[in-house]
Amino acid sequence: MPAVSKGDGMRGLAVFISDIRNCKSKEAEIKRINKELANIRSKFKGDKALDGYSKKKYVCKLLFIFLLGHDIDFGHMEAVNLLSSNKYTEKQIGYLFISVLVNSNSELIRLINNAIKNDLSSRNPTFMCLALHCIANVGSREMAEAFAGEIPRILVAGDTMDSVKQSAALCLLRLYKTSPDLVLMGEWTSRVVHLLNDQHMGVVTAAISLITCLSQKNPDEFKTCVSLAVSRLSRIVSSASTDLQDYTYYFVPAPWLSCKLLRLLQCYPPPEDGAVKGRLVECLETILNKAQEPPKSKKVQHSNAKNAILFEAISLIIHYDSEPNLLVRACNQLGQFLQHRETNLRYLALESMCTLASSEFSHEAVKTHIETVINALKTERDVSVRQRAADLLYAMCDRSNAKQIVAEMLSYLETADYSIREEMVLKVAILAEKYAVDYSWYVDTILNLIRIAGDYVSEEVWYRVIQIVINRDDVQGYAAKTVFEALQAPACHENMVKVGGYILGEFGNLIAGDPRSSPLVQFNLLHSKFHLCSVPTRALLLSAYIKFINLFPETKSTIQEVLRSDSQIRNSDVELQQRAVEYLKLSSIASTDVLATVLEEMPPFPERESSILAKLKKKKGPGAVSVNELEEGKREGGELNGGGERGGDSSAIAASNASTPSPSADLLGLRTGPPVTAAAPSAGSLLVDVFSEAGVNDDGFLSSAPPTVVSEDPAPPLPESNELLNKFVCKNNGVLFENQLLQIGIKSEYRQNLGRMYLFYGNKTSVQFVTFSTTVTCPGELQSQLNVQAKPVEPLIEGGAQVQQVINIECLSDFMEAPLLNIKFRYGGALQNLTLKLPVTINKFFQPTEMASHDFFQRWKQLSQPQQEAQKIFKANHAMDTEVLKAKLLGLGMALLENVDPNPENFVCAGVIQTKAQQVGSLLRLEPNAQAQMYRLTLRSSKDTVSKRLCELLAEQF
Amino acid sequence: MIKFLLMVNKQGQTRLSKYYEQVELGKRAALEADVVRGCLARRKEECSFVEYKDYKLVYRQYAALFIVVGITENENELSIFELVHNFVEVLDKYFSRVSELDIMFNLDKVHIILDEMILNGHIVETNKNRILAPLLALDKMVES
Repeated sequence: MPAVSKGDGMRGLAVFISDIRNCKSKEAEIKRINKELANIRSKFKGDKALDGYSKKKYVCKLLFIFLLGHDIDFGHMEAVNLLSSNKYTEKQIGYLFISVLVNSNSELIRLINNAIKNDLSSRNPTFMCLALHCIANVGSREMAEAFAGEIPRILVAGDTMDSVKQSAALCLLRLYKTSPDLVLMGEWTSRVVHLLNDQHMGVVTAAISLITCLSQKNPDEFKTCVSLAVSRLSRIVSSASTDLQDYTYYFVPAPWLSCKLLRLLQCYPPPEDGAVKGRLVECLETILNKAQEPPKSKKVQHSNAKNAILFEAISLIIHYDSEPNLLVRACNQLGQFLQHRETNLRYLALESMCTLASSEFSHEAVKTHIETVINALKTERDVSVRQRAADLLYAMCDRSNAKQIVAEMLSYLETADYSIREEMVLKVAILAEKYAVDYSWYVDTILNLIRIAGDYVSEEVWYRVIQIVINRDDVQGYAAKTVFEALQAPACHENMVKVGGYILGEFGNLIAGDPRSSPLVQFNLLHSKFHLCSVPTRALLLSAYIKFINLFPETKSTIQEVLRSDSQIRNSDVELQQRAVEYLKLSSIASTDVLATVLEEMPPFPERESSILAKLKKKKGPGAVSVNELEEGKREGGELNGGGERGGDSSAIAASNASTPSPSADLLGLRTGPPVTAAAPSAGSLLVDVFSEAGVNDDGFLSSAPPTVVSEDPAPPLPESNELLNKFVCKNNGVLFENQLLQIGIKSEYRQNLGRMYLFYGNKTSVQFVTFSTTVTCPGELQSQLNVQAKPVEPLIEGGAQVQQVINIECLSDFMEAPLLNIKFRYGGALQNLTLKLPVTINKFFQPTEMASHDFFQRWKQLSQPQQEAQKIFKANHAMDTEVLKAKLLGLGMALLENVDPNPENFVCAGVIQTKAQQVGSLLRLEPNAQAQMYRLTLRSSKDTVSKRLCELLAEQF
Repeated sequence: MIKFLLMVNKQGQTRLSKYYEQVELGKRAALEADVVRGCLARRKEECSFVEYKDYKLVYRQYAALFIVVGITENENELSIFELVHNFVEVLDKYFSRVSELDIMFNLDKVHIILDEMILNGHIVETNKNRILAPLLALDKMVES
């Protein structure tokens, strides 16, 4: 057995350690340890006073036992006794035990403090260092109280030994961190900064840690450290490898000190003094140059030490983000490392490049490495390196390469490590949303995500796709079609079923024209998945079924049959049973219009920060997703819904401008897009495109809002308020208005001659709106035709919050104009003032009237006076899709009469407008001419003004 | 900042542990086991930095002994990687070809060395001669 203990070997300890090593099993080890603990305990409790050597031996044994993973609950007192020994070795073991085993709130602290005080005043540098180490390790409040005044003095005293200074610096750092209130700045402050000039490198190394921490908290007080650090760094960087003797490590002069100096400089902006800045830039260039020089040693230690400095210098260059030349050089250097044979370097280069990607100066340079990074994602053998590659792809993604990057990330997902799949899914989902130019690509990407990594698709991701599909009507038809196709797969992920159920339930009608996806086919497809799904998904499917009954009356009996079956109506799960019972009842007793009201299409979601982004933020903390990215994401989120103008401050985006059209041009592209897509088959949607027009809106609002004095008087209605009004002729819910500050959603219901409207004012910014007020007025003769009462609204809207306002409307007699809604509030001090038309139109007060063919024509003839009829022939603005037309006519509020007109292509409707004064019966006939892409619209009413107004309103709808 | 330094052998036994931030005694064993498992599972060609909870592990293997350092985000990985090597070289110099046994039987000495190099989670000294100076003085005292 080797007695390898060096110096004053403690034989007993060596024997004990050997015994433990020889133990064959864990049990034997525990037995041996318990025996030893009993022995030590009896020695400590024994009558015979132990000498210092024995105490030291036993305390050392306890320490060893503790390190083996056993709890130690005695011996502290003996350790404290050792502190007052005059023998260095005994004192040292005492301090060691205390710094390893005593936590900062121990009762022994007072005794320990006493011993420390003695050692600090001993003038013996080794004892002083031990005491200082102990304070630095334990760092309790009591210690701070006792020594916070003393230590700065020791640190800056002229006659203090270098080693004591080093310990004192870190001791003070500890006290400053635990009890900053007790460490008072004073005349020592400036002298601490000057320790950077100390001729002893060890003192500088220790002092930098202290100075870095202090200048993070009080940057102004310590800013002189910048020039001192620069000159120190410059001296090291330009020194020959032999100059610094013992501080040279494998031919690299003072690598750790250099790193710390570069790190300290990262607490400050670039130096203002030209000379200092020049010197620093020179240093950074030298460091970059050295990376290209042939190595002075083949040892890996040499290159590691050199590269440690290089990476720290690159961090500083990125931190300054102001020297394009250095940034591009840094990027090229990292680019070389991307292909280095050392895995460590590849890892660090990927990590460092991630931050470089967000600088406007180097974003493009980083992008040139895309192929290498993609290759790393595919071929790296280490998951943490692959993860870095994925992060970098995410960081370098912009409009120009989004499709490529998303495709690569998707294909990587198929084989990705389980540990990073969820994060990858979130990232793909975010990129797809952020850079979607056409939303069919977005929908495809998300559905692919579900197909490839369904298990890792969190709820946030599929909620988000539904939010977006609902808010963007140009993609609804495509989404319905795609999800229908995806569901054809024999085994599809439950998340796919959820998305499918939701989207077909809302928009299945958009693809129902095709016999291959007729309502029944859709239903059967969904229902074939039902039995494989969990309860929440089944519940969702049941809701989809009742929506089907509303959308497609022909499926009613089939679906009722399903709901009525025992497995639904008597399901043991309460939620499912309740849904089945209620939906069955609803479908059998409610009239079609009640059903249509209850199951009306979902209103657009108020735009918030993407829930996915929030999730990623939560998952990774600010380290992974920079604030910059998040804010950009937020903005992009807004843009998705045709929202805000993008600020040009985001560096990543600014950089991408060079290669892509400017963001605002792009936005306009988006806005003008919808009419084109709307003309495509199946995309013609029920909703009039909200967002394309909201975009125009924005600009109008923007140009009227900025700093020029905004009058307190209600602004004139926005030029596009008529268009906005037209959007709501055939629907009651949706987004009325949106700009980069505010979104106004609307929900309304009408019965007889009464209506109630809910307005939702959403603050899209992070700043609160103050003195928010709204007024509704009826201009001119409308005052006598319409009675509008708006409930007061909260005067304050917090950032990101939404407030609701209720407006009650009574129709007194028929009317032509619309009430005006004026909104005023202050955003960041600037008054915002805008006026919109409230979408209250005469047709809202229609009661549908069912009648037979005979009755219809009889009435039609009765209303034959020329002024009772209004007629218009106009070109189709949207696709002439029968289903869409039907839906719009239903939305108008009249009854759509089947089998009345001899020509099955034509539509006829009947209804009565309810006003307080009178009822006005109206008939409508719409004759589409598909060849000419024209319509002829005829209206006859008992009142001439009504015919005229309805004709005006409707001509804009088809 | 350095959060902790561990020396662990391939069997997962901790030979030395030094925490620069209060970690409850009970949690240390779990953390050590976790960290060791993470590092042992890695292959030679994998990189020496592992993300672990909210910090990073930098590890280096010497024969059957692993030295693992837990660091915060703002620490330079490569400089810590070489710090470990510097530490081992100091041990090598003092023990003339250090082995696991040396560390076990001279725990106090190893701690003295470590305290000279890292204090309170920060690097204080990197010069080998100065690191060893107090220890050599001590040995001289004992011999005389």
